[in-house]
Amino acid sequence: MTQPVSPQSPMIYGMMAEFVNPTDLMEAARRAYEEGYRRLDAFTPFPVEGLAEVIGFKKNRMSTIVLIGGLLGCIGGFSLCYWVSAIAYPINVGGRPFYSWPAFIPVTFETTILCAAGFAVLGMLAINGLPTPYHPVFNVPRFALASKDRFFLLIEARDPKFDIEGTRRFLERSTPREVSIVER
Amino acid sequence: MADRINEDTPPEVSFNPVIQPGHTFGSVTEKISAIVLTRKTGKGWIFGFFISFCLTMALFFALSYLLAKGTGIWGINVPIGWGFAIINFVWWIGIGHAGTLISAILLLFRQSWRTSINRFAEAMTLFAVSCAGIFPIIHTGRPWLAYWLFPYPNTMTIWPQFRSPLVWDVFAVSTYATVSLMFWFVGLIPDMATLRDRSTTRFSKIFYGLLSMGWRGSAIHWHRYETTYLLLAGLATPLVISVHTVVSFDFAIAIEPGWHATIFPPYFVAGAIYAGFAMVLTLSIPIRKFYGLEDFITMRHLRNMAKIMLATGLIVGYGYMVEAFSAWYSNNPYERFMIYNRMFGPYAFFYWSLIFCNIVAPQFLWIKKLRGNTVALFIIAMIVNVGMWLERFIIVVTSLHRDFLPSSWGMYYPTFWDFATFFGTIGLFFALLFLFLRFLPMISIFEMRTLLPEAEVREE
Repeated sequence: MTQPVSPQSPMIYGMMAEFVNPTDLMEAARRAYEEGYRRLDAFTPFPVEGLAEVIGFKKNRMSTIVLIGGLLGCIGGFSLCYWVSAIAYPINVGGRPFYSWPAFIPVTFETTILCAAGFAVLGMLAINGLPTPYHPVFNVPRFALASKDRFFLLIEARDPKFDIEGTRRFLERSTPREVSIVER
Repeated sequence: MADRINEDTPPEVSFNPVIQPGHTFGSVTEKISAIVLTRKTGKGWIFGFFISFCLTMALFFALSYLLAKGTGIWGINVPIGWGFAIINFVWWIGIGHAGTLISAILLLFRQSWRTSINRFAEAMTLFAVSCAGIFPIIHTGRPWLAYWLFPYPNTMTIWPQFRSPLVWDVFAVSTYATVSLMFWFVGLIPDMATLRDRSTTRFSKIFYGLLSMGWRGSAIHWHRYETTYLLLAGLATPLVISVHTVVSFDFAIAIEPGWHATIFPPYFVAGAIYAGFAMVLTLSIPIRKFYGLEDFITMRHLRNMAKIMLATGLIVGYGYMVEAFSAWYSNNPYERFMIYNRMFGPYAFFYWSLIFCNIVAPQFLWIKKLRGNTVALFIIAMIVNVGMWLERFIIVVTSLHRDFLPSSWGMYYPTFWDFATFFGTIGLFFALLFLFLRFLPMISIFEMRTLLPEAEVREE
């Protein structure tokens, strides 16, 4: 990075506090948001209900993406059946109509599910920015516990309210197990 | 470590945990990830893998010989053109269905007991579908041209026939395999991160690191992840019903006596779930024993699965009755002859074995004591596995071998190569399963954490 993201130090990504249970993390996250911090993130070993909302996450676009995928699959699958059976390769089987739509339903259904599921998985990975092999939070040695039994709150250095001393004092008020600086 | 409750004494109804008390986030994580990361590869694993690997090699041998010689090496001929290939295809794909049922439908119904069995049930689905997929391809006779089944622009300017259930089957099975794989992989991502962070060797760090895709457990990621997982479950639920429905259409759309019945789709789906739960029980009873996972796969899981098996078994029994009834009620001589021939013809022994395996044997599950006895459950599940294979044998063979014209009647005798291919796929299934048990967490670690009481956010 050439552009310094924070006035304090370009080498600092943010500050992280470690908690031993989800209740403490939730409480600290709520306080940080009330204090005016906006560039927050929290890391937990399992999904914690309501935590994303507490740190200011509002719009979950997953269902829209899946709906678009499903519609594309549905229209695509049906068009394929229609185009193949009625236009590209019409075969007269016992006088049945070329546009025999009930026979197209199973394939249409399967392509709908396939595209919706594909959009769901790839969309989720894309919006979450995965795969991300490197991320500054991994520089904190104790962060390995975020996939086991510890809960972390991160305040990013690019938050306008971020200040090494002030943020550290603020985080320590929530009685975390440890506060550490996240380096880039 | 929690005190283990003796599994053979059924606990009271009020005390029926999905996870034994005393576990913490750390102990759950360690216990499940240790199987993959630190536990020494046991002699039992090596032996089991060796046997299944040999059978897999037998499968490859049988397939190579098939490619060299053609389907003439099998027992199929006019009038029985389907034989083992289709029997095994339907059997395997049916087994796969329980995995999706456990992971998707029970998730939507908020059945938290599904958590400790969903991962390997999904793995079972994938491996069963892999085995199933082999059969229709090799049964085409010219498997190197199997891609002709897919619609793609080609220089021959021909296209698949979209009014044919066989083409529907291609779409249903390939969609099912793809969606099951994606569903399984999405479920694995957070656990891959756990294994990455616990890894001690460089190789496993890189291996699990690549698979985890840099998952870091951000709250916002979790939020999208959960929505995605739920949506996938919602999509997989109608999908799993549709797959066996389409498989049953392969039969029901034909005007063959014994196949042309409207009961086929529901009765096939129930049969698939029945067979699948039997296979999940067959696998989970030894696995929980050998890996000491009685704390996570408790008697409650086994009992619940036994109940589902009993319920779906009764639906299958109803299907058999309706088949016989509608054959009689149709007043169609061919249908009537078909059911008579099934019960008293040359394959009567297999028909009555099927009735014993699928209808009589599971009735013992009404007895509460037997539902809590792992040995009894294992035996009944094995009988059902056999029974469901016999069911497909009866459906395929007895309908085809004597249909409308007595001049075109015949008998079906499977050959050595039929059996070699069939047992070979069983070997492939178990070989994949052994690899899965060794290299991936067989229980979803992050979902197990959510079951612990300390996972709740307490309001002060």
